[in-house]
Amino acid sequence: MIEVNIYRYNPETDKFPYMQKFNFEMPDRDIMVLELLNTLKESDPTISYRRSCREGVCGSDGMSINGKNGLACITPVSEVAKGNKLELRPLPGLPVVRDLVVDMTEFYAQYEKIKPFLQNDTPPPNQERLQSPSDRDKLDGLYECILCACCSTSCPSFWWNPDKFVGPAALLQAYRFIADTRDTRTEERLESLSDPFSVYRCHGIMNCVSVCPKGLNPNKAIGEIKSMLLTNKRHEAEIIASDGGGSS
Amino acid sequence: MVGHLNKDNIQTLEFDALIVGGGGSGMRTSLELAKSGLKTAVVSKVFPTRSHTVSAQGGITCAIQSADPNDDWRWHMFDTVKGSDYIGDQDAIEYMCSEGPKAVFELEHMGLPFSRFENGRIYQRPFGGQSKDFGNGGQASRTCAAADRTGHALLHTLYQNNVKEGANFLNEWFAVDLVKNKFNEVTGVIAFSIESGEVAYLKSRATVLATGGAGRIYASTTNALINTGDGLGMSLRAGFPAQDMEMWQFHPTGIHGAGSLVTEGCRGEGGYLINADGERFMERYAPNAKDLAGRDVVARSMVLEILEGRGCGPNKDHVLLKLDHLGEEVLNAKLPGICELSKTFAGVDPVYKPIPVVPTCHYMMGGTPTNIHGQAFTSENEIDNEIPGLFSVGEAACVSVHGANRLGGNSLLDLVVFGRAAGLHINEDLKSGGGVEEANSDDIESALHRLNKLNESNSGFEVAEVKRELQEVMQNYFGVFRRGEFMEKGVQALEEIRDKCDNLHLHDKSDSFNTNRVEALELQNLLEVAEATAISSLKRNESRGAHARDDFPERDDENWLCHSLYDPINKDLKKRQVNFEPKTMEAFPPKVRAY
Repeated sequence: MIEVNIYRYNPETDKFPYMQKFNFEMPDRDIMVLELLNTLKESDPTISYRRSCREGVCGSDGMSINGKNGLACITPVSEVAKGNKLELRPLPGLPVVRDLVVDMTEFYAQYEKIKPFLQNDTPPPNQERLQSPSDRDKLDGLYECILCACCSTSCPSFWWNPDKFVGPAALLQAYRFIADTRDTRTEERLESLSDPFSVYRCHGIMNCVSVCPKGLNPNKAIGEIKSMLLTNKRHEAEIIASDGGGSS
Repeated sequence: MVGHLNKDNIQTLEFDALIVGGGGSGMRTSLELAKSGLKTAVVSKVFPTRSHTVSAQGGITCAIQSADPNDDWRWHMFDTVKGSDYIGDQDAIEYMCSEGPKAVFELEHMGLPFSRFENGRIYQRPFGGQSKDFGNGGQASRTCAAADRTGHALLHTLYQNNVKEGANFLNEWFAVDLVKNKFNEVTGVIAFSIESGEVAYLKSRATVLATGGAGRIYASTTNALINTGDGLGMSLRAGFPAQDMEMWQFHPTGIHGAGSLVTEGCRGEGGYLINADGERFMERYAPNAKDLAGRDVVARSMVLEILEGRGCGPNKDHVLLKLDHLGEEVLNAKLPGICELSKTFAGVDPVYKPIPVVPTCHYMMGGTPTNIHGQAFTSENEIDNEIPGLFSVGEAACVSVHGANRLGGNSLLDLVVFGRAAGLHINEDLKSGGGVEEANSDDIESALHRLNKLNESNSGFEVAEVKRELQEVMQNYFGVFRRGEFMEKGVQALEEIRDKCDNLHLHDKSDSFNTNRVEALELQNLLEVAEATAISSLKRNESRGAHARDDFPERDDENWLCHSLYDPINKDLKKRQVNFEPKTMEAFPPKVRAY
């Protein structure tokens, strides 16, 4: 028997959110947190959460599980229910729609802001564009993102400036297109991130890395973007310096 | 959703084209329409990248001449016709296989991160049922892959390009029923916002059902929880037919217990199945193709091994997929997602130990009958009559390129080829004045009936209980092997379940993100699909492709070399001709299907 506490809030009936306690009889095998929720929902159909693939690839069921963001469908209860207690809350930092469902508008807006699509100014050939295996390898660890928002909603910088700091998930995707040898807009992409907020609000807290259910490393991608921005700046500075030298 | 809903207390939103479903096929259609300037919306019950296309793993099959510069789309066509056990429409298969390369190159240009060969071209791997030279040249490698995450890569790429083109999405909106006018034309759908509960009549000159499959009619399935056949449920309730509904693919390798898919690409890369004796048993059932025979053939062989006592584990209820001999490096490079899934759901690292697997419901070959432009139709006395305003693409549709058994890698190709074709056709049709007449308030209210009834329920049956009952009936009576007397019991049981589905109790009447309401509506869709499946299966008195009957073990070309067309009004089955008239070549005549 484990004690499960679930964050409940229905804007139509509840003035304030509250934690509801359930006693859950574990079956004789280990189960995922999602299966536990599905079972509880059979007795209380009002519990609301998102779910789809139930195998960790669609990114629907990100939530805070005993204080750490993760996907309910690939988190075994045995791994998290220490002391036979389990606490489920919505992803932090985004407005709650109901129970474990958050409003992801701001998260998606940041994703759209980085222009998450390949841009190539040359006309495409009659077959595929060629890319060497080693160039394709550069996309590993980037393209696998499932947009579950576990990383961005665990990031204090994102909590503070969700409208201005792009956040780890969208920055990982920004770098996915910068790193793609088929994309020709690297300069433009870097330029759009060069303000004080978009990327520089990342202070390397690394929560994104420790929660990513796909084992990705947004912090590393952000580091790459920052160093490319710095190289660009130095390059610009050198040009300005040499121009200045020539005209005097 | 307060009170009884009618035309006057819900809003009407008008569109030129409406696409129900935001998976691969819906987003390929919408991409085409987003570029057209027509007012279009995608209605999706989940944010588009949560759609089930994301779970496709192994790849997209297409003769792009990368692994083999001499590959030929006609060989792909031959394999697909043979795989379909000769009831795939040859004009549609010809279209898919010949247009395929263009569609795959387009995806690459959009940014899909395909894996690569040393020469920089797209990586292709062998898949089941593939051959060179019309079955005479040995195994082909024709499946284009992005590691083992091709569906994820494809779905995200399509979403990204829809964002690029400014496509309009109604995300987390649930479509309830089709609105039909007195001329039997489809004029749009009733839908509601899951987040706010706001109900609307989405009026449209063209409505495209891109709602995917309905694998959740079975207790054990590789399908996402959202695969509840919502589009097919709507069209069956509207009285429109469904084709080849007895044809359900059981994927040989679902993880035992969890049901998660393990790609055929594992066997393509050199993995193989073993029984409790450690024997590579597929050598006995398919001496040439072995583990890469058609999926229906492999699934049946596995079940026979289990039935004959050579299953593995304490209950002898599964077999094993051996991969360790491929080595850690290959597994990490080619099958990283499988390693992850296997560790999570089977507790097994395939680098060291084989994965426990069992045939698991995977794909609905049947669906709404359409032509190659996605146009839906009814059929009467061998004549197809278009249903004005109604289109369907992807797994929801039956165009039919898969016939009685789909080949691996052909579903992703189906999505992009026919999604694109439907978009092109609708654009042309609407710009040349196509469309439908108005619906009146009675028409709209009959499409609101289901929602009203559920909202007004004060007692009745529990959604979760009835769903479990339905899934068990389908699992027990309509599985890999089928028999008339059992199926009759199943059909009867479904009649009782229909009564319960008509009287569900909606506990939660609130408007905000009410998943209780969504699940009740989904269950009613599952029932429509289950019943169509059950009756079609019972009436097709032969074995063909995925439909294997103990009591009619042989293929019967004399009587059943045809599509089945399920009529939901009379709950009856009609026959419809298979197309044997490809445009550029001779048809492939039916032959004995051996691998």
